[in-house]
Amino acid sequence: MSAPQRLLPRRSERTITATLAGPRPVPRVRVLRRSSIQRRRTRTAAAFLAPASLVLGVFVLYPMLDALRASFTDARIIGPADWVGLANYAELLADDRFWNALWNTALYAVVTAPLSVAIALGLALMLNRAVPARLLFRAIIFFPFVTSLSLVSIAWAFLFDPQVGTAAAWLSQVGLPIGNGINDPQWAMPAVMLVGIWRNIGFFMVMFLAGLQSIPRELKEAAAVDGAAGFRHFRTMTWPLLANTTMFVVVIAAIFAFQAFDQMYVMTGGGPFFSTETLVMYIYDTGFEQYRTGYASAVSWALVLVVLTISIGQLWYFRKRAVQY
Amino acid sequence: MSAIEAPVAPRRPPPLTRSSRPRTVGRLGTVLTVATLVVVSAVVLLPFVWMVSASFRTQGDLTGNPTTLWPATITFDNYVNIWQRIPFGRQLLNTVAFAGTVTAVSVLLDAMAAYALARFQFPGRGVIFVLIIVTLMLPIQVTFVPVYNLLADLGWINSLHGLVIPRVADAFGIFFLRQAFLSVPVELEDAARIDGASEWRIFFRVMLPLTGPALLTVALFNLLANWNDLLWPLMVTTDPSMQTLPAGLALFKGEHVSDYGLLMAGALLALLPMVAVFLFVQRRFIEGIATTGLK
Repeated sequence: MSAPQRLLPRRSERTITATLAGPRPVPRVRVLRRSSIQRRRTRTAAAFLAPASLVLGVFVLYPMLDALRASFTDARIIGPADWVGLANYAELLADDRFWNALWNTALYAVVTAPLSVAIALGLALMLNRAVPARLLFRAIIFFPFVTSLSLVSIAWAFLFDPQVGTAAAWLSQVGLPIGNGINDPQWAMPAVMLVGIWRNIGFFMVMFLAGLQSIPRELKEAAAVDGAAGFRHFRTMTWPLLANTTMFVVVIAAIFAFQAFDQMYVMTGGGPFFSTETLVMYIYDTGFEQYRTGYASAVSWALVLVVLTISIGQLWYFRKRAVQY
Repeated sequence: MSAIEAPVAPRRPPPLTRSSRPRTVGRLGTVLTVATLVVVSAVVLLPFVWMVSASFRTQGDLTGNPTTLWPATITFDNYVNIWQRIPFGRQLLNTVAFAGTVTAVSVLLDAMAAYALARFQFPGRGVIFVLIIVTLMLPIQVTFVPVYNLLADLGWINSLHGLVIPRVADAFGIFFLRQAFLSVPVELEDAARIDGASEWRIFFRVMLPLTGPALLTVALFNLLANWNDLLWPLMVTTDPSMQTLPAGLALFKGEHVSDYGLLMAGALLALLPMVAVFLFVQRRFIEGIATTGLK
């Protein structure tokens, strides 16, 4: 560590930069009269940072803390709020609808995150070969990611509609009737899961393709020389070397899954019988339909705890498996 | 460009292969791969095909022949009526103004903040960077109720600036652009600095041009995220004439569930601008995304 870097006080910053952000900024050469130059540079930096910091501070950071404060009150959208301590959280623990939403969110995440990552990896492996029309396939599979999930969800809702649903009609023609389609409690969740997977596989596939192509050619050739081919080549060579990409994709897939909202709101409205109501939908409903600000804030912070626990768990798990080459 | 293209094209056999196990996939493998990809592509495109088909069909045709994608008769009524049934033109303008302004301003503000974090040493830099990582990891939904209250207090509900201003900086853009600035050699700025250029001049004339692809990626991410967003406009606007298209059409569906063709015509018109953007910069955008997930 050279002298200028020691000026940076916090250990935590150093760790985060190192693990999440790659190379540290290059230490600048210092000249004499350091303090006045340093002061001027600090002022310039502050000017560069000010607008974005102001926006993020006022509209992201402050609201996060304010939600924490509100979760200890009985605030509604209008009128005075009283401090109620942990009453909202106590109510939460006894709230069947909250547990149902948490269960639905977990189920949705546990099914869609691994499935979409696996499908994306499979597609990336296929498109990493010399197949005809690679670029066309890649563009088609990526395409849903650029379209509005809420707008295409309207189409998906109609495709699974028991009256006009083309997909529903086709499925029943081949002996797989889906009953009332998305109005059927049994089929509503699989339908919104399908749409979630459909939306994200292209995005994950592109990341896997980039990861596959960053594997150095020498390693591939060395493995080929050793006679590794087919699945063995994948298991012993590609999969371990893809660890960093896989980590990134899995973390993102989990975050996406826990924040799912659009297709539930549009296709099922959380129904039938709350069978597709996720935590984000429940927050929206308590906060913006029932106007129970305090309680909605408590549900939000429950979601924060779940997401943070899972993200940190994933990072901790993958950190030990990170590879460098 | 090279990230996805280059390494694949020359698929010659490795020089020293042991003769027993050739590493070729074989013709059958290729056929199976292409067949799989064709099936996946068909499923991926199914809702879009249905949207196009339904938007040209009459209500009777749709409910009468659900198994076919082919219209019995082609009608353009849906495309005409959508402009009257909801304030479609107004909502289209709202969407353009909202997504366009947010994109333009946020790329600039994110880049400025990212440049300060990448290239300046100052007290508190570590804290700011940690806060940015935190806002990146926490689910944004936790802020919604307080943000709504804040906007209500400011009187910004149902206004364009209420939609735009809270969105004009984002943690992801700052994080991503900081990485891009870190990869630019310091010598380039130092040369400009020795020539007497001000910090702002260095930023606009040296740093921004050198990070063009990263800026384009962040801009496209922002454009797509905001154009397509449902929850945010749903929250900030209650008046249909202030809504963006995703919110307006989603609410219309909630009220008139069975106007299939009409809704599909509206949804398709709302998708088209982003489809055009995608076709236009498809390759560069995909490659820009790819680099975010690298090592």
